[in-house]
Amino acid sequence: MSKRTATYASGDSGVSEGVIDPVSLGKPSRASAAQPGEPLLVVEDLRVQFTRGGRKINAVNGLSYELTPGSMMAIIGESGSGKSVSSRALMGLLPPTAKITGSVRFEGRELIGMPERDMRALRGGDIAMVFQDPARSLNPTMKIGAQITEAVKLHSDLDKKGAHARAVELLKLVRLPAAERRFHEYPHQLSGGMRQRVMIAIALAGEPRLLIADEATTALDVTTQAQIMELLVELQQRLGMAVIMISHDLGLAASYAQDVVVMYAGRAVEHAPTGTLFANVRMPYTHALLGAIPALDREPHSLFEVTPGQPPDLSALPKGCPFRPRCPNATDKCLDDPPLTEHEPEHWWACWHPVGSGLGNDPGPRAGTGPLDPAVAADDPGLADGPDEAAGPGRHHTPNGEQR
Amino acid sequence: MTAVEERPAGDRADSRTPLLSARNLVQEFPVRAAGGVKGGVVHAVSDVSFDIYPGETLGVVGETGSGKSTLARSVIQLPRPKSGVVEFQGKDLMTLGRRELKESRRQMQMVYQDPFGSLNPRWRVTEVVEEPLVGHGWGTTTSRRRRVEELLDLVGLDPSQYAKRRPFELSGGQCQRVAIARAIALEPALIVADEAVSSLDVLIQAQVLNLFEKLRREMNLSYLFIAHDLAMVKQVSDRVAVMYLGQLAEIGPSEAMYRSPLHPYTSALLDSIPRVDPLTGKAHRPVALPGEPPSPIEPPSGCRFRTRCPRAQIKCAEEAPALVEHQPGHRVACHFPLDLPMPEVPKMTGGATLAPGAVPGESAA
Repeated sequence: MSKRTATYASGDSGVSEGVIDPVSLGKPSRASAAQPGEPLLVVEDLRVQFTRGGRKINAVNGLSYELTPGSMMAIIGESGSGKSVSSRALMGLLPPTAKITGSVRFEGRELIGMPERDMRALRGGDIAMVFQDPARSLNPTMKIGAQITEAVKLHSDLDKKGAHARAVELLKLVRLPAAERRFHEYPHQLSGGMRQRVMIAIALAGEPRLLIADEATTALDVTTQAQIMELLVELQQRLGMAVIMISHDLGLAASYAQDVVVMYAGRAVEHAPTGTLFANVRMPYTHALLGAIPALDREPHSLFEVTPGQPPDLSALPKGCPFRPRCPNATDKCLDDPPLTEHEPEHWWACWHPVGSGLGNDPGPRAGTGPLDPAVAADDPGLADGPDEAAGPGRHHTPNGEQR
Repeated sequence: MTAVEERPAGDRADSRTPLLSARNLVQEFPVRAAGGVKGGVVHAVSDVSFDIYPGETLGVVGETGSGKSTLARSVIQLPRPKSGVVEFQGKDLMTLGRRELKESRRQMQMVYQDPFGSLNPRWRVTEVVEEPLVGHGWGTTTSRRRRVEELLDLVGLDPSQYAKRRPFELSGGQCQRVAIARAIALEPALIVADEAVSSLDVLIQAQVLNLFEKLRREMNLSYLFIAHDLAMVKQVSDRVAVMYLGQLAEIGPSEAMYRSPLHPYTSALLDSIPRVDPLTGKAHRPVALPGEPPSPIEPPSGCRFRTRCPRAQIKCAEEAPALVEHQPGHRVACHFPLDLPMPEVPKMTGGATLAPGAVPGESAA
């Protein structure tokens, strides 16, 4: 997963006023300090479990991925797919009642179980996060300048004057119009897009090598969203910063990210470089997502491809593949947990009957499943045995079980 | 409006008489500055006119603050608009008294964005769906119960399983189905859907949109469908209205508008949608429209979009463009629409002259 095939269109947006050189931001070359080819972040078999009212809620169930320094990766999925919880887990932002297992290594350092004191130095420093709602993330009683200066002071030993200068510099870097004047304004005086720029400026104060943008543009208008995404891509390239973009929007992921991880019920179900993934979707869930998004080239009043049912209850996950009850290709084979396997170069999916492997509703192994990795397959033997449970509510049909 | 030609075949013969026709709608809200002094007026909806025909879906798109929701609420008279005419089924709603308005509202129902916020959390699903029937004195207790079951069936909720539940026991998509069941209980002619699927996940969203479409076909419903997602609006609407800062920038048949938008704002909106082609997997990288919408308290003079428009000229600041019909049923409010060549002087720099021979349709306004 180290070779990148996707490339960017140049992120030049024609605005040069107020942009400063990344060199003035301190140590921009720090990102390249890691050995080439070494992933910045390695997530292995991450599991998060909450206990609520005696019920165990399995929010993340064995998530694994790697992130190359300086790249942009998208994690997409519906509500409850575990995309936010997994990134909060690696930031150490979950409540202490959450049971986290597995491993997350950032530049070789294990983050799970790291003492809070060390975590605090890392959080907002090397790893920063931007959340969905900028209005709630900012302190409404503090001027935005003071909030940025606070972040700058926390992560550097600049004096008052230096921190102020740096804060204005950051505001210019995120292209906040009239940065010097805005410095003395309160969050309510800014628009949603401007507030999100301020949040990004605060996130950049610690010169992060990894920025996690959790639905950072979801609350914004499409026009503002495009502006913020352009800014993120530009910063990612100029500062050599890796970005994990968490989103429910396939189009957004396809437009900006180099890699895409599709999550369902707390696990990754498909993972590939963006171009590979969308040109050749294999996981029926990803296929269903693509069919359900409104497209400009569809006729008015045309129906959407519908996937029946709802995402599974995380406290009572179905046996085997979590998408089985809704999947048009589901068979009894799917009662075995399909492992996330690299079936094609750089293209990983977790499915026994991927799109394009022939018709579904036909038990038994079939072409396209490729070699199995027994180590991953056996990750939860409890789910694999006990074949007495009938296929149950599986095998719904969709308008056409069309395959590509 | 001569949108009739553009509308799909198979429409009813009565489609020439609009079901709803709004003329010169204006809605303004005073704002108070610090200390309670009058601070100005938010021009939420300024001089908006449109028609909705029976069985037709009119989509409304625009950014936050463009007045889409205010427009919807003005139509159902909640609150009453400042001025204008709203004619619904031949009655001018602006002049109706309370009781007559209630009668008319029976024929137009609303579905809101937040499925949890719009259902009383302490009521059971049956009670929620039954309420409009009770409120309008429909049938007897037994016949109402039967009707509720029928309605739940219609929106795809099994009555035996869901009738006794409360909203918090339902998912977002199920709540929205309950809200829809409530809206169609009195067999309205018009449904006003204000961002009705925006808070739902994409797979659930597709289910609910298909439900809207099914009801449209079965009950010959008309929709005023408000959303910020242009692609979605296109897929559900016969015609689309694009709003910018309280005014209509463009209104026309959805196919034609998305194929060749006439207003620079529509074109910019279309360019800013990130999307992926489901067949080829090719992504469309959005092009950002610079700037932000100006304040609706002090909208720019002339054309309200001119501050962000790449084609703006002096004329755009001096004169507000009228909504002019360019193609059958396709109207645009722009001095230099996109079906004409780019004006010679691209920016509003000093000494700009008007593009020669621009806007032939202008005099017709």
